[in-house]
Amino acid sequence: MPDTLTKQVVEVGYGGNERLMMNMGPQHPSSHGVFRMILTLEGETVVAVDAVIGYLHRCHEKLGETLTYVQYPSIASKTDYVAAMTSELAYVSAVETIAKVEVPKRAQYLRVIAAELQRIASHCLWLGTWCLDMGGALGGGATVFLYCIREREMVLDRFEELTGARLLYGFHQVGGTRYDIPPGWDTKVRETVDFIERRIDEYEAMLERNTFFVVRTRGVGVISRELAQDVGVSGPLIRGSGVNYDVRRAEPYSSYGDFDFVVPVETAGDCYARYRVRMVEFRQSIRIVRQALDGLPEGPISSRPGVKSVGQVRVPKGEGYARVEGARGEVGCYIVSDGGPKPYRMKWRGASFSNLAVLPHIVPGHKVADVVAIMGSVDPVFGEVDR
Amino acid sequence: MSTTAADASARIRETFGVEAAVDGAMVTVVVPRELWTELAHFTNRVLGCRYFNWLSAIDWKEHGLEVVCRLENLDAGLVLTMRTRLGPGETRCPSLAGLCRGADWMERECYDMFGVRFEGHPDLRRILLSEDWEGYPLRKDYAVDTPFAPYR
Repeated sequence: MPDTLTKQVVEVGYGGNERLMMNMGPQHPSSHGVFRMILTLEGETVVAVDAVIGYLHRCHEKLGETLTYVQYPSIASKTDYVAAMTSELAYVSAVETIAKVEVPKRAQYLRVIAAELQRIASHCLWLGTWCLDMGGALGGGATVFLYCIREREMVLDRFEELTGARLLYGFHQVGGTRYDIPPGWDTKVRETVDFIERRIDEYEAMLERNTFFVVRTRGVGVISRELAQDVGVSGPLIRGSGVNYDVRRAEPYSSYGDFDFVVPVETAGDCYARYRVRMVEFRQSIRIVRQALDGLPEGPISSRPGVKSVGQVRVPKGEGYARVEGARGEVGCYIVSDGGPKPYRMKWRGASFSNLAVLPHIVPGHKVADVVAIMGSVDPVFGEVDR
Repeated sequence: MSTTAADASARIRETFGVEAAVDGAMVTVVVPRELWTELAHFTNRVLGCRYFNWLSAIDWKEHGLEVVCRLENLDAGLVLTMRTRLGPGETRCPSLAGLCRGADWMERECYDMFGVRFEGHPDLRRILLSEDWEGYPLRKDYAVDTPFAPYR
């Protein structure tokens, strides 16, 4: 007997007000990971979005409670795996806040160099994949992606020379960094950033003079200043909406006060504004890397023995919240300590989680094709959304 | 509009009659659950802490759950941490979703992980775990190796 349900064909007339529920994801290429959207459509226009997340959930917060302060930093890099340096930094900063551990000046500068190189690498991946998502409109689709990945490779090579790893580094430890720079590394970094700086001009010329790109991003996915603050988005999203908020300025950590850089702010709040903010950040990160290399002080790289020593980090009873400006915004870690070798409670404030929460508020009213453009401009990393 | 932490602390003390500890730019206020939404409203609308940073909970074992929320005034650089103890065995807490849109997902996550029932939340369901998940993983009585069959 034939199954009548599977044979049934549903015809939807697009002329009227019929609503269609459409599933997008979790394996859609534009989702940059695993993310599912249940779109309610009226014709080609989205009227409602139900975001389904959690596919990459590993319960990092529970995991953090089962690992010691020395063990966890290398796991922390698995939250935002595209910008692993800043994830680790958030955790060790929180521990240092509660335990009142001093970080030597040289380690602080090394952290800044690592964080800013990471921002460049992360933005390269964002630009490449975003342009890949918007595809054919950009004259070949994969062109920008391949260019950006080429530049990202250069930064990853520098990280490989520094830490031995290309994606998840384990560079930070409580009290400083695990590795010092190898001989000749600073020259290579200078060459890398010089090269990337020239390439950024090329990207801008390629994209901003492309009418398709401008039409698909300008006025699309507008986040108002009020909405940005209400939802708690951060990073390029909030700065693209006219709020001058950068953790490096609001609460300088790791000697960021020593460096001269500009925090870009755009007021339009659309995809193009977020693109502009990130393009300026590229250049500012390069500027910070150069300054940090110029002024790199001599001295120890950590105030504590290396991670392989048996000594545990002594953290007194208390609690602390530390945040850093990751590539995607405010990455924060809230730790409650009961005086033991492991945190009593660890809360991870992922920038991508809050950034993605804005999606149901900005997508309705746009066409299905714009959903992809908006998604890409938000730049979520699902390891950090789901944790 | 009050701008400094000391000023904010004094205003909270006189409005709600609760202690508001100042540490640098951060004000920490512990309130009973009944004042939770009122304090959030006051912080958000009167003190200008428009930026909804995060909301989470802590399980203090036999002392019950504590809900923590961090709001910020980005222009003034003021940070306000609100805390409330729900009491032993208690899981109900007033929702802030009507006040800040950012509370929507944060409260869903908190419900998912701790089982805090936010009263007045428009759509309180699990967010990270599947709908048929049993238990609340971040509670202290939930063992890390709790078995969970992948296929049912």
